[in-house]
Amino acid sequence: MGADDRARAFERALLAMDRVGARETLLAAAEGTDTLAVAESVVAPALERIGDDWEHGTVSLAQLYMAGRIAEQIVSELLPQGRPGDGEPPQLAIAVLEDHHALGKRLVLSALRAVGHAVADYGHGVTVERLVQRCHDDKPRVLLISTLMLPAALRVREVVSRLAPPAPRPVVIVGGAPFRLDPELWGEVGADATGRNSAEAIELVDRFTGGVR
Amino acid sequence: MTGEMTSLERVLTTLGHKEPDRVPLFLLVTMHGAKELGMGLQDYFSRGENVAEGQLRLREKYGHDCLYSILYAPLEIEAWGGEVIFRDDGPANSGEPMILDVEQIRSLEPPDVATSPVLARALRATEILQQRSHDVPIVGSVVSPFSLPVMQLGFEAYLDLMVERRDLFDRLMAVNEEFCVAWANAQLAAGATAIGYFDPVSSPTVVSPERYRETGFKVAQRTIARIKGPTATHFASGRCAGILDDVAQTGTAGVGVSAEEDLAALKRAAAGKLALLGNLNGVTMRRWTAEQAEAEVKAVIAAAAPGGGFILADNHGEIPFQVPDEVLHAIAAATRRYGRYPIDRVDA
Repeated sequence: MGADDRARAFERALLAMDRVGARETLLAAAEGTDTLAVAESVVAPALERIGDDWEHGTVSLAQLYMAGRIAEQIVSELLPQGRPGDGEPPQLAIAVLEDHHALGKRLVLSALRAVGHAVADYGHGVTVERLVQRCHDDKPRVLLISTLMLPAALRVREVVSRLAPPAPRPVVIVGGAPFRLDPELWGEVGADATGRNSAEAIELVDRFTGGVR
Repeated sequence: MTGEMTSLERVLTTLGHKEPDRVPLFLLVTMHGAKELGMGLQDYFSRGENVAEGQLRLREKYGHDCLYSILYAPLEIEAWGGEVIFRDDGPANSGEPMILDVEQIRSLEPPDVATSPVLARALRATEILQQRSHDVPIVGSVVSPFSLPVMQLGFEAYLDLMVERRDLFDRLMAVNEEFCVAWANAQLAAGATAIGYFDPVSSPTVVSPERYRETGFKVAQRTIARIKGPTATHFASGRCAGILDDVAQTGTAGVGVSAEEDLAALKRAAAGKLALLGNLNGVTMRRWTAEQAEAEVKAVIAAAAPGGGFILADNHGEIPFQVPDEVLHAIAAATRRYGRYPIDRVDA
């Protein structure tokens, strides 16, 4: 079975919420190779298609959530402990700015971890002040900000301006309902990019990090 | 049709899938009343009298076709004892979930609608609106029993519950249904004309149509049957195309449409079964010019107004606080100008 067939099988298992089947598919794919390579060749395309299907209305948010969560759990089990860079703050960080609904963050976090990225979770209901401080402390290369309501989305502008030079600032990727409904909003608030779903978030992170896991 | 209808006649006619004198406009403004009264949002919502006065002034200003007695989305969760976080520049948000361990659901009891001081504020607003207005629909609201758990448990925990703990899910629905029916009927008794049944979790954006049919659909059927007045179901920006026929079978009279959907296609599918409410994009509305507002209004009228069964509104059920008065004036003016029936064709 080739990587594409395995990715299709993995996708079917995820959508059916079949943890056992999904795990067996990934274990079989990982034989003789490393987990990160499988995460890239099997998990990433499966999650990408599920994200696209959500975009087109054929997959629900509940399925997207369960798929990401199952994939994340399986990959974290399979990833070797003591990877290079462990113990250092990850180069990716994610937070829900001001709002207290964390599902959007969870979707992106699971998807990124499922394809092998280490991500620092700064939590939800995070204030501008706190977020800027965390970035100054950890110096992530990419900061992903999730928002639910328009006022929080507009506050991204303040985050970006307070992360501005002379200190090098992280690439800021935004997501959430206000950015989906207003395709120009991410530019207005000074973000570097926006992703409409978790699959697009993976794509953007890979673009800004050169795909380094 | 020669004479001018009242707002109530206009809305009832369109809900009956006939053409009124012109397209009814629901400007679903919850927060703008605070500006009218020169108050901060938390102060404004602290008394039903403020909300009633704000709504009356807003209708005087824009001439739209409803009064909206909703205070803020997490009002109900506040009545349940949950946390509500106010902010100066936008809607109140629910805070940390009130149910931290799903086992709490076994002993969960709903708040008493009749004695809740939180709900009393909304009921007071409704009573005053009923006393001080004539022939204008007063729209109350409930969060559906199926969608309330997002605030009770948090979204992730709720999705897990739905999939993995069906016994507790069923118990939670039973408790929430009792509360929802009592809350809706209290608003109707206080003077509300109709109830917005806010049910975003039932949207195919959130759960699959298959899961909806075995969960949110049945909950809505049971609940709406016990609400003693008309309801309109709103998915709060979520899509509804995949479940429109099912929604019609819940007994609801209308449905709120997402800005992400094809309004004309939905109108064809809903004709004669469900009135549509929508679907101006509230997020982009914030920076529309008067010309853009006019163009957007013309487009939705062209797509959905012919034949009646259409109320022009935003897509979310709440217009953002950041939308300027000039845009609201432009929307109201364009609706009056281009929404007059008969409408055969509006060049969008």
